[in-house]
Amino acid sequence: MALLELKDVHVALEDGTEIVKGVDLAVSPGEIHALMGPNGSGKSSLAYALMGHPAYEITSGEALFDGRDIIELGADQRAQLGLFLAFQYPHAIPGVTVTSFLRTALNAIRKARAGGEDDPVPVPEFRKEMLAAMEHLKIPRELAQRYLNDGFSGGEKKRVEILQMAMLKPRVAVLDETDSGLDIDALKIVATGVKELVGSETGALIITHYQRILNYVEPDFVHVFVDGRIVEEGGPELAHKLEAEGYEAFMPEPIASSSESEA
Amino acid sequence: MASTETEIVGGIKTEYKYGFHDPEDYFFKSGRGLSHELVAAISEHKNEPDWMRKFRLKSLDYFLARPLPEWGGNLGEIDFENIFYYIRPTEKQAKSWEDLPPDIKNTWDRLGIPEAEKNFLAGVGAQYESEVVYHKLKEDLEAQGVLFLDMDSGLREHEELVKEYFGTIIPQNDNKFAALNSAVWSGGSFIYVPPGVNVEMPLQAYFRINAENMGQFERTLIIVDKDAYVHYVEGCTAPVYSTDSLHSAVVEIIVKPGGRCRYTTIQNWSNNVYNLVTKRAVAYENATMEWVDANLGSKLTMKYPAIWLMGEGAHGEVLSIAFAGQDQHLDAGGKAVHIAPNTSSIITSKSISRGGGRASYRGLLEVAKGAEGSKSKVVCDALILDEDSRSDTYPYIRIDESNVDIGHEATVSKIGDEQLFYLMSRGLSEAEASAMVVSGFVEPITKELPLEYAVEMNRLIQLQMEGSVG
Repeated sequence: MALLELKDVHVALEDGTEIVKGVDLAVSPGEIHALMGPNGSGKSSLAYALMGHPAYEITSGEALFDGRDIIELGADQRAQLGLFLAFQYPHAIPGVTVTSFLRTALNAIRKARAGGEDDPVPVPEFRKEMLAAMEHLKIPRELAQRYLNDGFSGGEKKRVEILQMAMLKPRVAVLDETDSGLDIDALKIVATGVKELVGSETGALIITHYQRILNYVEPDFVHVFVDGRIVEEGGPELAHKLEAEGYEAFMPEPIASSSESEA
Repeated sequence: MASTETEIVGGIKTEYKYGFHDPEDYFFKSGRGLSHELVAAISEHKNEPDWMRKFRLKSLDYFLARPLPEWGGNLGEIDFENIFYYIRPTEKQAKSWEDLPPDIKNTWDRLGIPEAEKNFLAGVGAQYESEVVYHKLKEDLEAQGVLFLDMDSGLREHEELVKEYFGTIIPQNDNKFAALNSAVWSGGSFIYVPPGVNVEMPLQAYFRINAENMGQFERTLIIVDKDAYVHYVEGCTAPVYSTDSLHSAVVEIIVKPGGRCRYTTIQNWSNNVYNLVTKRAVAYENATMEWVDANLGSKLTMKYPAIWLMGEGAHGEVLSIAFAGQDQHLDAGGKAVHIAPNTSSIITSKSISRGGGRASYRGLLEVAKGAEGSKSKVVCDALILDEDSRSDTYPYIRIDESNVDIGHEATVSKIGDEQLFYLMSRGLSEAEASAMVVSGFVEPITKELPLEYAVEMNRLIQLQMEGSVG
């Protein structure tokens, strides 16, 4: 059985508008999935709903993590089970350093994994691991003492998202438009980082509009997502086809212009 | 900074952490209520000089004559007749930890005082009830001529110095509660730092109210002589009782030319304490005065540390935190009065309200005629955690000089659902996530605290947040 399993998942906003209209998806450790779709297709809404954002409700269908229904769980509980979302627009937490935040989050997750008993990471071990991960992601050391995402450039934010993934070691990571706003060097670093984190314990769902991140982290499965549904599935070759031909072929009807805004 | 990080997480208990209290076993306990006889008896019991006895009695007259303030918070429920004004817990002061009575040791163990001392206390003056029972000075301080005593001993041993300054910065009739303190004061700290002496370690005192319905009226006088420096740290934690307690302190500080004084307070009263404190400092030529004032808990706090900039080039700063939870009203802020030219001041206020609590910033900025070239900046930031809570700003500004540079900024923000979701998506509970946002909000001030107090502050914020969500 897959680690993350979605069966006919529907997602609606608080006003009842249905954004995701029945998705089936299964992600297992070691697998990299790409969910590709145009702006406004509901990709990010699906990501938020999976992570438990209160404004994106799963109205029907099943979302199972390790066989367990997660629909009623809070975002914190989902994270503790091993689900991770790399945000498209990570939020700033002024006054809280990256180091402080990472250690707090790591200890929260360790506590959950230790059955509710405090199991704080020893400080030297934490520092060593964090500094190694930062170096690997080419994050300047001084960033560790800056306030989380406060005044960070777009590239810094994305790298720090991957740093969090590296430290928290999720079992399924959902990456929401992690490639957007990155220059080619940063993209390479981030994509390589993601690739290295996926393994026998971890699977990934990469949400993207473009094919370019997939040049550095080749997906095992590609899902084309249009208007709240998966309309086509295949291997990595599908991504290349999309890049060459665009999404038009998969659209339910011709579109005049795609909306730039995406929830 | 790095070493405070773990403190954000950790065990959160639902009960008020310091809600224990010891069986009362007091050597001298006055009856309830207030009278000339009681005030005279306190003075006599302390073997005070005649001028202090008269000062107390006159102060009582002022207290009785003055009406309750009608601004700030609701003071009408204080029952002045139902308060113990003086309690002396042990017969004489203890010089070392071993000499302390077991009850008191027990209390301090729970507050973590010995650990704090092991870290880097320069001298402990801890107030248990109305009297300083445990008071220790490191030898190097004594060698430098630094005086650090409880106020009662200060009066006994350095009467002339005390007489010269006592009640000069905050006159006995300054306000109703300063008058009350002047009448019944007991304990507090007396500090004198000789010219040019730099006291490297913070001087710390831990205050604690233990007897139910007992007013705590400590009186602190700090004199920092020319080019000297001292950092004084005061922490206050009160246990939970069912009836209301009154805390009304007076703190007077004199910073002579070129001197610098920092006074740091962390107060965490249980939510039935009225905390009505008058704090004022004068700073002479090129002197610096800094108030770092963090207020949590209490039923009502009214406190506005003030700095009078009396000499050219003097600088004053007030950093204030107020955290109002359920059934709490914190009316706090700061005052800067520019008397001399080319003086500068900064007031930074951070207030948090949650669970229907009310946090107000109330501040005064005054520039007198002739204080030309003065600069002042007031920044008040409020964070409101839920729809039921309230935040107000009452900035009073009086400028009688045209050549000045004055800035005032105020922001109000609400804790963002998106911020909380982001943090929760990393495994933090809603309470932990909220506590983290709040800790970050006050970080510009907590980073100014000595390490163990910064840690304590973050723990207190966690405790405040617990029960507010979920």
